[in-house]
Amino acid sequence: MSELARPKSGQKPLLSLRNINMTFGGIKALKNVSFDVLPGEVHCLAGENGSGKSTLIKIVTGVYRPEPGASIDYDGQTYSHMSPVTAQAAGIKVIWQDLALFPEMSVAENIAFQTVLGRWPRFVNYARMRETAIRALARLGVSLDVDLPLKEYPISQRQIVAIARALVGEAKLVFMDEPTASLTQSETDHLLDIVRTLSASGVAVVFVSHRLAEVLDISSRLTVLRDGALVGVYPATGMTQSRITELMTGKTFDHETRARDVSANPAMLEVEKFSRPGLFEDISFTVRRGETLGITGLLGAGRTELALSLFGMLKPRSGTIKIDGKPVRFSSNRDAIAAGVAYLSEDRLSLGLIQPQSIADNLVIASLDRITSGGLLSDDRKRALVARWIADLGIRIGRQGDAVSTLSGGNQQRIAIAKWLATDPKLLILDAPTVGVDVGARAGIFDIIAKLADSGLAIILISDEVPEVYFHADRVLHMAEGRIVNRFTPRDCTLQDIEAAVYA
Amino acid sequence: MIAFFNRARALMGPEMAGPGFALLAVVVFFSLASPQFLSRATFGSVAFQLPELGLLTLAMLLPILTGGLNLAITFTANIAGLTAAWVLKSNGGVDAGPVAFFIACLLAIGVGAASGLVMGLVIAYTRAHPILVSLSMMIFLRGLGEFLTRGGDISGFPTFIQPIGHGSILGLPIPLLIFIICVLIWHVLLTRMKLGFNTYMIGSNIEATRYSGINTRKVQVLVYTLSGAMCAIAGIIMMARFNSVRVGHGESYLLITVLACFLGGVNPFGGFGRVIPVFVALVVLQLLSSGLNLMGANQHLATAVWGILLIAVMILRYAAGHLKFLQRIKG
Repeated sequence: MSELARPKSGQKPLLSLRNINMTFGGIKALKNVSFDVLPGEVHCLAGENGSGKSTLIKIVTGVYRPEPGASIDYDGQTYSHMSPVTAQAAGIKVIWQDLALFPEMSVAENIAFQTVLGRWPRFVNYARMRETAIRALARLGVSLDVDLPLKEYPISQRQIVAIARALVGEAKLVFMDEPTASLTQSETDHLLDIVRTLSASGVAVVFVSHRLAEVLDISSRLTVLRDGALVGVYPATGMTQSRITELMTGKTFDHETRARDVSANPAMLEVEKFSRPGLFEDISFTVRRGETLGITGLLGAGRTELALSLFGMLKPRSGTIKIDGKPVRFSSNRDAIAAGVAYLSEDRLSLGLIQPQSIADNLVIASLDRITSGGLLSDDRKRALVARWIADLGIRIGRQGDAVSTLSGGNQQRIAIAKWLATDPKLLILDAPTVGVDVGARAGIFDIIAKLADSGLAIILISDEVPEVYFHADRVLHMAEGRIVNRFTPRDCTLQDIEAAVYA
Repeated sequence: MIAFFNRARALMGPEMAGPGFALLAVVVFFSLASPQFLSRATFGSVAFQLPELGLLTLAMLLPILTGGLNLAITFTANIAGLTAAWVLKSNGGVDAGPVAFFIACLLAIGVGAASGLVMGLVIAYTRAHPILVSLSMMIFLRGLGEFLTRGGDISGFPTFIQPIGHGSILGLPIPLLIFIICVLIWHVLLTRMKLGFNTYMIGSNIEATRYSGINTRKVQVLVYTLSGAMCAIAGIIMMARFNSVRVGHGESYLLITVLACFLGGVNPFGGFGRVIPVFVALVVLQLLSSGLNLMGANQHLATAVWGILLIAVMILRYAAGHLKFLQRIKG
């Protein structure tokens, strides 16, 4: 491993990490990781969610302090740890996935505000800020009206503003965390051009992305992490997408999808010409009893909005829904739950579970009627109900009264699933059920989903990770800009077919 | 000793530790300082003073558990008292009969509940901050009350209502009995009813609660309505105790009720807190003021000592939390 980790070219690395260890709440996020970046190269950091990519970036940029024994060699100096200030001053910049920009402020202020921080005299020279901003944008070959508020620009342009901000001052090493997650293909191409421009001007770029085509397209080398450990460092030439997937997951995928033909089963949900202009339009599909329907597409394709409409939390403008053959109309999610629809939110931390409250209370909140006798809640019934679901889904907990926030991501997600199963649903909508769940625990979640489908539940599985829907759904809908643009049957197509369509 | 303490804690919940310790400390300190402290007289003075502050604290508790606040509690109590006084006055004043008094109480509770209902509706539907909404209601009620009474006292009620403020049954003061009944109702509401369950959930995360299929607006409206009704009961007891109604009576209780909740282990941001520890906290505050009174201390000094006690509780709670944190690191 360590042989591989050393740069082959003999060039002295700009950044060199050794013995990086990091533990969060008993879980090893990074295990003895090494990482090198050469000056001016484009280096890809690859790994599944939860593999330690972001943690590594945060150590380099001084957000986290690695455990003792680590060494960070950067630009001729050795550090035991970085701090945000030293990292900034040394020219290490990050463009976070959420960009960390100020939408209400002008483009110029967004790009150049750091140049006026903490300087004496404490006056803001707007003319100089504009100049700095225009110069930074010009380096990227872009011209924007720097006086407009940032919110006037689409997300792809904001990305460029974030890059321009990173270039103000001496940038030597730029980290980009999933920069293309919400971009279309032409926007992505433009961004990749900018990355090449940067690299040509001598700035090293570390690119984090799970879109493998891009990874191969842009980088000269890639470092693969899995479960917090280094898998290896590889030259990009000669790599294939399937090889990277294997390295990232540690599994060989022999295209055994779960997909079955369930077209003989009766329809559970029928959606007809469902529209809410601006969010989703002209959506028609059927989910059958025992079927798992996958819905994929880029961020902002309208997947979550569609799900919220099916759950009665967002009113459609037109169209109909039938459940079990009966037309229904929901004025709130209470109607939807009563009709047998359950919705697992994509945002487990702030919408899916009530983090500070107990495991037991989170599990029973949607089915209080089942633990009520004579108008009063029964503690015994509650305890029994919770114990049953904990056992059924194999959830590992301490005590029922512990706060749900004390559980790991995978166990939290199981509690969230149990909460909805306790309502005895006919249709379970799972919106990004593996976000923030360890790679190892994901298989467990999908096992549960498969068992539920086998027991006759109709399931809608929403995910922006194409392999998840390809391997776990019976049919796949591809949404883009609020419409269903493709329908796939995993039995009859390859993973690459769907990925090509989604990332086109 | 430690085993006993652990068992008590398991029985009462972690919120009980603070007020329980404070109760012990106050009783021990004053028993040593003053021989008359452990007497019927102390019990009597505490028992008669506790209910007004206590009922208002119960009214404050529910909104705090949802992560809100009801600053209008004292003036809601006053307006409810005025309503009752108006019914009694228009039915013969001193000569009003029990039926008139019964109607007076019903109307007073109705008016209190209505004040809460309006606040609840505004908070639930406009999502305005409860502090601003209840502050507006407080100013409205104060202005309205002062306009109606011209700032004076309303008095002249039938004598049979006086026992509600001063009388005893089997040696137990009637206002104390009413208060204990209300404490038990609140206890059952919060531990055994869906409304109570949802109150806690809303206090921790209202959006996640809504996503779970709970009608969060209905819960908020009911919480403030019940809070208003509880204020009205406090208003009726104040009327009976002072034999008069004046807008501004009990105004100084407002912030004490908030602090009593915190002393009772209620989370200031909502989501956590139980009725019984709050009850114990109220007893501690009252014993403290009676004890100081017994030692001849000035009434204002007693109030100052309340403030010091509360600050001490915050510091101790921080220290206890820190200690637990250190133990966890070691373990």
